Formats: sequence, structure tokens, C-alpha cells
Amino acid sequence: MAEELVKLTIEGVELSVPKGTTILEAAKQAGVLIPHYCYHPALPVAGVCRMCLVEVEKTPKLQIACATTVVEGQVVKVFSDQSVKARESVLEFLLINHPLDCPICDQAGECELQDYVFQEGRARTRYSEFPKRFNPVEDFGPDVLYVPNRCILCTRCVRFMEHAAEEEVLNVSERGDRAFIGIHPDKRLDHPWAGNVVDLCPVGSLLSKDFLHRARAWELDKTASVCTGCSQGCNTNLDTRNNMVVRIQPRANTDVNRYFICDHGRLSHRWMNRGDRIEAPLLSHGHELTAVDWDHALDRAAQIIKGCSGKGVALVSPGASLEALWLVRKLFTGLGLTGAFRVERVKGESPLPGVPGLALREERAPNATGARLLGYTETFDEALKTVEDASLVVVLDDALTGVSAETLARVPNLIYCGTVLPDAARGARVILPLANVAEEDGTFVNRDRRVQRYFQARATPGMARPAWWVLSELLQGLDRGESAGVAGDVFDVIAKTEPAFAGLSYGALGAKGAVLPDQATAGARA
Amino acid sequence: MGYPHKSHPKETVVLSQYFGDAEARTYDGWVKRGGYQALQKVLGMTPVEVTDVVKASGLRGRGGAGFPTGLKWSFMPKEKSKPHYLCCNADESEPGTFKDREIMRWTPHALIEGCAIAQLAIQAEVCFIYIRGEFTDPWAVMEKAVEEAYAKGTLGANAMGSGKRIDMHLHRGAGAYICGEETALMNSIEGKRGNPRIKPPFPAAQGLFALPTTINNVETLAAVPHIINRGADWYKALCLSNPKSVGTKLFSVCGHVQKPGNYEITLGYPLKDLIYDMCGGVLKGRTLKACIPGGSSVPFLNREESEGCLLDYEGCVAAGSMLGSAGCIVFDDSADMVYQTMRLAKFYAHESCAQCTQCREGTAWTVRILQKILDGDGTSKDLDLLLDLADQMTGKTICVLSDSCAAPVVSGIKKFRGEFEAYLKGARRAQVAVA
Repeated sequence: MAEELVKLTIEGVELSVPKGTTILEAAKQAGVLIPHYCYHPALPVAGVCRMCLVEVEKTPKLQIACATTVVEGQVVKVFSDQSVKARESVLEFLLINHPLDCPICDQAGECELQDYVFQEGRARTRYSEFPKRFNPVEDFGPDVLYVPNRCILCTRCVRFMEHAAEEEVLNVSERGDRAFIGIHPDKRLDHPWAGNVVDLCPVGSLLSKDFLHRARAWELDKTASVCTGCSQGCNTNLDTRNNMVVRIQPRANTDVNRYFICDHGRLSHRWMNRGDRIEAPLLSHGHELTAVDWDHALDRAAQIIKGCSGKGVALVSPGASLEALWLVRKLFTGLGLTGAFRVERVKGESPLPGVPGLALREERAPNATGARLLGYTETFDEALKTVEDASLVVVLDDALTGVSAETLARVPNLIYCGTVLPDAARGARVILPLANVAEEDGTFVNRDRRVQRYFQARATPGMARPAWWVLSELLQGLDRGESAGVAGDVFDVIAKTEPAFAGLSYGALGAKGAVLPDQATAGARA
Repeated sequence: MGYPHKSHPKETVVLSQYFGDAEARTYDGWVKRGGYQALQKVLGMTPVEVTDVVKASGLRGRGGAGFPTGLKWSFMPKEKSKPHYLCCNADESEPGTFKDREIMRWTPHALIEGCAIAQLAIQAEVCFIYIRGEFTDPWAVMEKAVEEAYAKGTLGANAMGSGKRIDMHLHRGAGAYICGEETALMNSIEGKRGNPRIKPPFPAAQGLFALPTTINNVETLAAVPHIINRGADWYKALCLSNPKSVGTKLFSVCGHVQKPGNYEITLGYPLKDLIYDMCGGVLKGRTLKACIPGGSSVPFLNREESEGCLLDYEGCVAAGSMLGSAGCIVFDDSADMVYQTMRLAKFYAHESCAQCTQCREGTAWTVRILQKILDGDGTSKDLDLLLDLADQMTGKTICVLSDSCAAPVVSGIKKFRGEFEAYLKGARRAQVAVA
């Protein structure tokens, strides 16, 4: 059914948009961002900040663009004298009680009040003789502070808790200029998704305790990534400062997580910066581990693999990239492979009720679906029992928790590829240091079979390298493939050779990913 | 008036006929005075017929906006596919207005009958009467009257034996002025914070509980039984000036007059006569300085404007103000207009619901500037600033509370600039303790 289109003119640009579109959304398509605070595409319209007032020809009063739907033939002026004056006035009103403490405010640099005042505000305030409203900072929840003095009462946080989290713990308390965001006297802002109010807050009124005073916004580099907290695959941005991941924020993807991520995912970034990493390839010499260069290490690994025959076991992590999982499988060409993984499970999902299909999932790994599609099974414990009989065992970044050194000591040929070195892996003949998710490019497949790319956000420590590079170099040494120049090279071979991924290309995945067709059952061959 | 004084001979006594008559409060007393005949009649009419009578009568909303009542009723869906509601706005909180209070205190059954008729006209089985929280006496009277009407079978599942259901619930406000705004009132009934809603959608499409709703003022509804009983033509003929403004209107007069109180007049009656004749003029030895004809939200009239003003919707606009809720506040020459302006603005600053930026911040800022002027610290720039703020507070917000704060400021400065300048020059100091 064709959508009914409405034709209108915004700032001289003629455009057609579906009936029912608001002027604010239509303007975005005309390349005009109408300044706004209370409007957010994921929340019900409130129409209270009055920032998006625009002039609509033949309408006597200015209209709020967020709540006014388009009408055929409408002519909208965003930058007419009247509307610019109205917005300048709203900004002046918002600033009379707003402390100009930008130098110590975490939001500075990514503050919509700062931005619009810079763009359209008055150079000086006329509210110079009176004191500003003062209320003390409040502790709202495990990761949220409320600084009422900076609040512009846009009510995004209130609406998020009411309509998305469906847990009404916030409200607007009091009236007039005494108003502030109130919290339920017996409750905390501790919903598993509550941290989103910090992102939604257009000013520095709701702050993350985790990020408090950790960086200035302009020092941060943002890198598109995918959350590793569970199998949902929420799109994220990793914010790095001086090569450290200091914050994780949601990256909008209307097909997956809309504009949100849960607190579990938001706060799981410290491990990405851990300092106890393997920083060089290691070879065992008797009971000693010796650091060597890559050529040396890869040669030794190739030699070992060439000498193996019979059965092989791969113990992989469901947090590894699709590329790494596929390349590891290829190491076992000619051997009978048992490919196994284990995944942490936490009982009970934590959904965001207002967004259907979005939850912190029980399965706490980003790529278990990818592992299954490549033929790995969730049989870690069983596979571990068979390692003694295997001629080759490769571990891909499993932390080996609960695995004794004795068990692995009985393995004749153990190759450990990972980010950190567990004691149990010290008996490996070759240890290859890998990049973690923040340090490489790659893809994950989420629980809904969506293949999504993540990007490198920080440099690897020491000589650690992305798994796609390490393993493709190793395979080249074995004459089983070509060395990859980028992660996408590996993915594109997967797409060509694995029926489940047929038709995809790394480039076409883009920033939002692509869903695998349903009928493509696993290339379950292992 | 009827209470506590006898009606003035020049009043047109319709709604206020039984003010002060305690027996009229009871069901039987009301029936004895011709009550519930109109409802009986309407039970035999179709909704469209009832609406047409009210349309033809020319009755306009008495809450302030003056919207034609019959037209408002006709906006309700004709084909009833989901429940309809009637809301009666009895949250009379406009400073200077106290007419609905007297209607509820003395003639509760007139309101109940009016509501029931309106319910039949808009096909609403349920009516909510939202009564201002501070109205303890009217609340008690209304509660008793509704109870009686149910006991007599006038309300309930089989209203007056007609087989039709007419239910009525009283809802008590909690003290917020803004809950008198129609959509805030609906939010309040729903148990939410009383914040005005964005329109559209309008109440007739999505009102109370997102269902088709009509909301009318107490005085509007109380007039309906009279129109049904005596006919649209009778009501339409009650007119002294502009034919668009017909019927009687209760004026609540307060301030510097000899006899404050409620006066019921035919629309088009001169304000001058209301003040000097009915109310006995201003206090002895004083002269009239200003008047607010329609409740605290409308602009001031100065003496000349007041004396030339005809009290109807058009006449008040022509004089430079509005009829509003007909809360008439009279100021004599002892009044300090700067203080009065500040006091009005302060009310709005206190009552702003805090949704819209201009209102939340602008009302409070306006008060601070006015207070500063009263303290003797004003400068010449302050008046321009006040006018500029008022301009940005007008026509830019969800409801008109912000506009209502701006109106007295703009008219105060425009019409009494000399008094403001006297403060700025230091020639005048505040006489009253400014709180």
C-alpha cells in the first residue's frame, strides 16, 4: 500500500513526507535541524520546552514543530525573525536559573543548551540582579546523579521512566520556577535501563557516576561498536580518551536497540582497558615461556599443526568475532574437529518494556549465535574431557575458568590464542596474544541473526594483534588460505563459502548490520 | 444578588433567584420551585434536538472563553462508539471570581439538572463535577444534593424512570489554579499531575481518559434548564447591546466598592452602572481609578475605559479588556497599581504548572522585576524589559496562564505608566508591606 504523501515547503525546500509526519521530523529531511529540548524520537511528545517554535504561513501563532503535523501546501519558516526571536527568548529564560558552570560540567561540549545558546542565544543575559535557584545535588540511583540547578525540566527522563522503563519513579515536583525532577521517596532510580536518562538529558543535569569528571567531551573519540554484554547486540559507541575506553553510550539503531542500552552493557568497559594482557607471542621452552616475534611464533604454530593428525578440539569463546571463529575452524582442516564453547547465563531477562524485543538477555555473550552458525556447539565440558585424546587443541580466548592446569598439561599440542593468560594455559606450546573487542574490527551475530560490525577504538597493547590477522597469517603459513589485509577480507570469504552467510558483504553490512535469511540453517558441519 | 442582600431592582434574576433561600438547596424544595421539569422534558427529546435549542439560545461559555455552548456540544461524535464524558468545571479559582461558588451553595440542583441535560445532549452517561478543593461549603452542599438526586431516582441507572443512565461523580481538586484549565482538569481527574495538554487533540475527540468529552462551566450548565423551560427565544431576547452576547451573567464584584457581591445582569449592561448604581460606588471620598472586568487574567481598564464599558463579550474587548469569568475587581484612587500588578503576577508565578519555559521562568522573573521596582531599585530599562518578556510570554505556550500573567503587566504599564515612573524616579515608595 502506497503511503499517502504530503507536500510542503520548509525554509524554501520543497519536499514530500508521509501524512502524519511532524514538522520537526520533516525538517530533518529538508536538512534543517529545528532546535529542540523536550522532543525525542523515542518518547511521547511533551511540547513543553517551546524551543521548536516555527512560523507556519497563514497561522497567526508560532507552532511547535514537534507536535504539529504537516499539511498539504504548508510553508514553514524556521529562521524567520519571529521564530528566531522566540527561540532566543526561550534560551534566555532557560539560562536565568541555569548555572554557567560549564567548566566543571560533564555535559560541556555535548550540551544542547550550550550549542543552541551559541547558535541562537543572546550575547548577554538581562537577568543580572537576582540570585539563581539553588537546590543541592541528589543521588538518584546506582549510576545517576541529579544536579537540579542545571535542569531545564524537559521531562525526557520522566517520560523515559514512565513510557519506556514503565517504572514511574521520577516526576516533576512543585510548580512554577520552584519545579524540579522529583524521585519517589521510597524508590531509587535503579531500573536495569535507568542509565539512559543520562544520555537523554540534553544538559548536565543527570550525570553518570561512572563517567563523573573522567573526561571532557571534546577529548573523546567515538567508535562504533556492538555491546558484548549479552546476545541482544545493542549498537554502541565506545568513547576513548588517551587510548582508554572511558564510556559506552548507545548508538541509535531503530532495528535493534532504538536509542538505548542497559546499564549492564553501559558499565562493562573497564575490562577493555585491563593492564595484565599478553603483550608478546610466547613459546614454551621446558617450563619457561619465552617472548618471541610473530614470524617465529607463527612458524612454530604452523609446524605443530602440520604434525597433527586424528582428532582435534577447539575451545572457543562466544565473545570472539565471527572471523576468528571461522579461521580457527579452518586450522583443523583434515582433522576430526570437536568445536565447543560455553556461555555465561544469568537467570532472568531484564527487558525495557516500552521497546518490544529489547532486553538484557540471559545469554551473556555477543556472538553465541555466530558460533552456532559455524558449527560450534555448547559442549565445553564434554569437549574438555576429550582433550587428552586430541592431537591438537586450540583455545580461542576462553578464560579457562575452572579448568585445571593438569587437564591441559596432558594435551600434546596446545595452542592458546587470547587476550590474557590464565594459569591453566601456561602449558601451551604456543601462546598468541590477541586484540580485544575494542582493539579490532570484526562482526558478531546477535540472537536475532543480525550480523553487525564493530570497529577498532583503541590500539592493542604491545604486540597483540587482531585474531583475523593472526589466524589468517597462520593459515597462509599452512597454505590453507591467504593472509587478510583487513577483517572484511575474512568476512567476504565467509560470505562466499558459508551458505548461512551467502549474499552478504562486509561493506554492505554498514553501521546497522543485516539479518541472515531464516532458511539459511547453520553450516553445521563440524 | 439575593445573598446576603436582596437583589437590586435592575438585576435580571434568573440563576440567582434562590440565592439565600435554604429550602431551594433540598431536592423537594427545588422541585417545588419548578426544578427538574426541564430534565423531564429533555428525557423525551433527541440529543440533536436538545443541542439545537441551546444553539438557538445563543448561550456562550461562562468560564471565560465565551465559546458558543451548543456548538461545543455539536462537536461530540453523533454516532456513539465509545463512552462519552461530561466534565463540569467547578474549579473556580480565578482571583476575583466567586459566582460558581454561590450557584453550588444555593442551587446545587440547578447544576445537577444542567449537567444531566448536557449529558443527554452529548450522550454521556457519566459526568464529573470537578470542585475546587478550597470550596468546603459548596462541596458539602453538592455532595448532599447528588446523594438526594440519586435517592430520588433522578440520577442513576433509570433516571426519572426513563430507562436512561445518568451518573454523576464529584471530584475534589487539591488546590492548583491550573486545574481549572480544561485539559489540566481532565489530567487531574485521571489521577495525573494537573498539567494542560497540547491541543489538538481537542476534548471532543480525545478528552477525559482519551474519550470524547465536553467540558462546561458551572454557570453555563446552570443556565441550561432555564433555556429548556422558557425557550431559546426568551434567552436570546435577554440582550442589551451586541446580539452575539445574550442571556444573564453573574458578576462577582470585589475591591473598593460599597457593596461587593454577586450581581446578575443582562449582558450589555454598562460597567459604570454596575459599579456606581448596584454596588453603591467606590468607598466614600474616593474616586474610581481602575477596574478588571473579567477576573485577574484580563487587562486593566482605566477610569474612562471602565465608565464607557458595556459588559458583554464584545463590549469588554472594545473597551480594551475581556469579559473573562466576570470577576470584577474595582480599584479606587488609593490603589497602588504597581503593587497590584506585582500581586497579580505573583499569583501566576506561584500557580504556573512549570511545563512551558516562558511561563515557568517568565512569570517568576516578572515578579522579581516588579518587586525590585517596588523596593525602589528599578531603572528605566526595567519597563522595556517587562514588556519584552510579556511579549514573549504571550501566545507561545500550551495554555494561557503565561498570557494571563502578561496581560496585567502590559496593561498596567500602558495605562498607569506614571505610577511606575514615580517609583523609578524615587518619587514614590511602597505604602503596603510587600509580601
